Amino acid sequence: MVFEVFRQERKGQPFAHAGSVEAPDAAFADAWAREQYGRRGESEALWLVPRDAVHQITEWADEFDLKYRRVDGYSIKSRLKEARERAGTAAPEPG
Amino acid sequence: MNARAQQLLSLADDELILGWRDSEWTGIAPTLEEDVAFSSIAQNEIGHARALYELAAVELDTDADALAFDRTPDEYRCAPLVQLHLLDWAHTIARRYLYEEADRVRIDALKRGDDAELAGLAAKIDREETYHRLHAELWAARLRDEPRFRDAVEELWPYALGVLEPELRPVLAGRVGLSVESTQAVERGEHAEAFTQLHDEMTEVRRSAPGQQW
Amino acid sequence: MDARTQEFLAYVQDGGQVEATDWLPDEYRQKLIKFIEMHANSELMGVLPEREWILKAPTLQRKLALTAKVQDEVGHAQLIYRIAEDLGKPRDAMFADLISGKAKFHNVFHYPTKTWGDVGVIAWLVDAAAIISQKALLKCSYAPYARIMKKICWEESFHILHGRDVILAMMTGSDVQRELVQEALNRWWGPLMQFHGNPISREEDPMYVWRIKSQGNEEARQQFLEGYVPQIWELGLTVPDPNLRRTDDGVWEYSEPDWAELKSVVTGHGPRSQDRLAFRARFLEQEKWVRDSLLAA
Repeated sequence: MVFEVFRQERKGQPFAHAGSVEAPDAAFADAWAREQYGRRGESEALWLVPRDAVHQITEWADEFDLKYRRVDGYSIKSRLKEARERAGTAAPEPG
Repeated sequence: MNARAQQLLSLADDELILGWRDSEWTGIAPTLEEDVAFSSIAQNEIGHARALYELAAVELDTDADALAFDRTPDEYRCAPLVQLHLLDWAHTIARRYLYEEADRVRIDALKRGDDAELAGLAAKIDREETYHRLHAELWAARLRDEPRFRDAVEELWPYALGVLEPELRPVLAGRVGLSVESTQAVERGEHAEAFTQLHDEMTEVRRSAPGQQW
Repeated sequence: MDARTQEFLAYVQDGGQVEATDWLPDEYRQKLIKFIEMHANSELMGVLPEREWILKAPTLQRKLALTAKVQDEVGHAQLIYRIAEDLGKPRDAMFADLISGKAKFHNVFHYPTKTWGDVGVIAWLVDAAAIISQKALLKCSYAPYARIMKKICWEESFHILHGRDVILAMMTGSDVQRELVQEALNRWWGPLMQFHGNPISREEDPMYVWRIKSQGNEEARQQFLEGYVPQIWELGLTVPDPNLRRTDDGVWEYSEPDWAELKSVVTGHGPRSQDRLAFRARFLEQEKWVRDSLLAA
């Protein structure tokens, strides 16, 4: 069985995929992944997941314009300039 | 040499020589994953030996490397079990399994003993040994029904008894389910035949330039 | 080349990376497996020349360090074989091809190690040559391989330092020890110069075309010389090549490496090729029962 190994480098950081080990069962996978990914104290923690348990998603429906719900869908520069001119104000100094 | 130094050297020599034997598997263990894990065990054993030699070095006014490498073969106090050349997996795991059981009994006694410094070191070693035991148990369970393994355990049992002082042997026997009474233990003192060659190889480079730094 | 493959080629040449589950052109997949397999084989075979010195290490510190270094190499083999397995070639098949000679491993691992001087030279210079190639692989178009290179490069950094420490201990030691280093360097220089391969142009190197490698052979060799010849010379060691020199443009000139030797060695005619393969075959065979018992329920 192939076990995917996810590794957390330091407390608070995300678990990132680090590789995989082939083992007959979870107990052997533990014993082996522990050394392959932690013998130098380089990992705060490991997650071991049988490959079968990992579901991948790579396809997305991308038919319509979704910019309304993203930052790159907004351009406020020119309207902001016009609003400041009307109010007779300048852009605030950088704090 | 006082009794404490003798005891420290027996412990250190066991770990050094077993670590040396276990390091023979580097690159040729049954699977790559196991190869990496087994190498950590060998390194830990050498690390334990080093810590024990350092205590002995204070007693004997020398240094750890001199104790590890500069003695003559008959000055080593290791048990024959660790000296045997066992480059097949069944015997290797049988030895690991029996040694870990014996060592656990020995470490427990040291932790409860009067020698505070040695008790402290034994506790440290014990914490690292947790993973060695897990590993040995994992393999012993997997190979339980394999005749090669069972035969190897029986064959090495008299040697395993020889690792411990006589008063601790019944505890070991109870743990592994084998008999003390009907077994002639292979005692420390007379080295296994394989030891001379091991010592030669282990000290070859060092002897080529005595007294030098490396 | 069909349109889809052409598109793929343009994508990787533009710096694009692909994953194990992406569509891969057959030619790319074949070249990739071959390249990765040779790398994995090299890590595995590289263990054998160093292994015997673990047993002979002259201090506890050196024994620990060398064991850890070689352990890393086995670990690298595991990481790299796993990548090839996920591309569809089973581990057993790769071992069989290694033993039969159908698959290759790098030239340096076909040579004997004779003294503790070799231990230092290998860790310092052979590993350095390997790291240069490995750093270039961080940009490999095949992302799973590029990602494991990060761990590999990180672990290799201690190998070089350990190697240098071993060399420096001997160079500041006795005359006998200094001579061990020079003698080892004299033997390893030829294989080191051949290591990065003959200087075909990048555009003619299929591994570069598909961006499996991101660096040409000569580029790698120049990097090696630039980084390490000064380190060699500053210790008072001599390089056994009277033509070795750095021109004013920063290019290193050297005697033509023996490409015939390289070809002969990697096709299994090196001084230790066959007995090392036999050694490996022996243990694979001997411990097959263990792998079978691991597969059993």
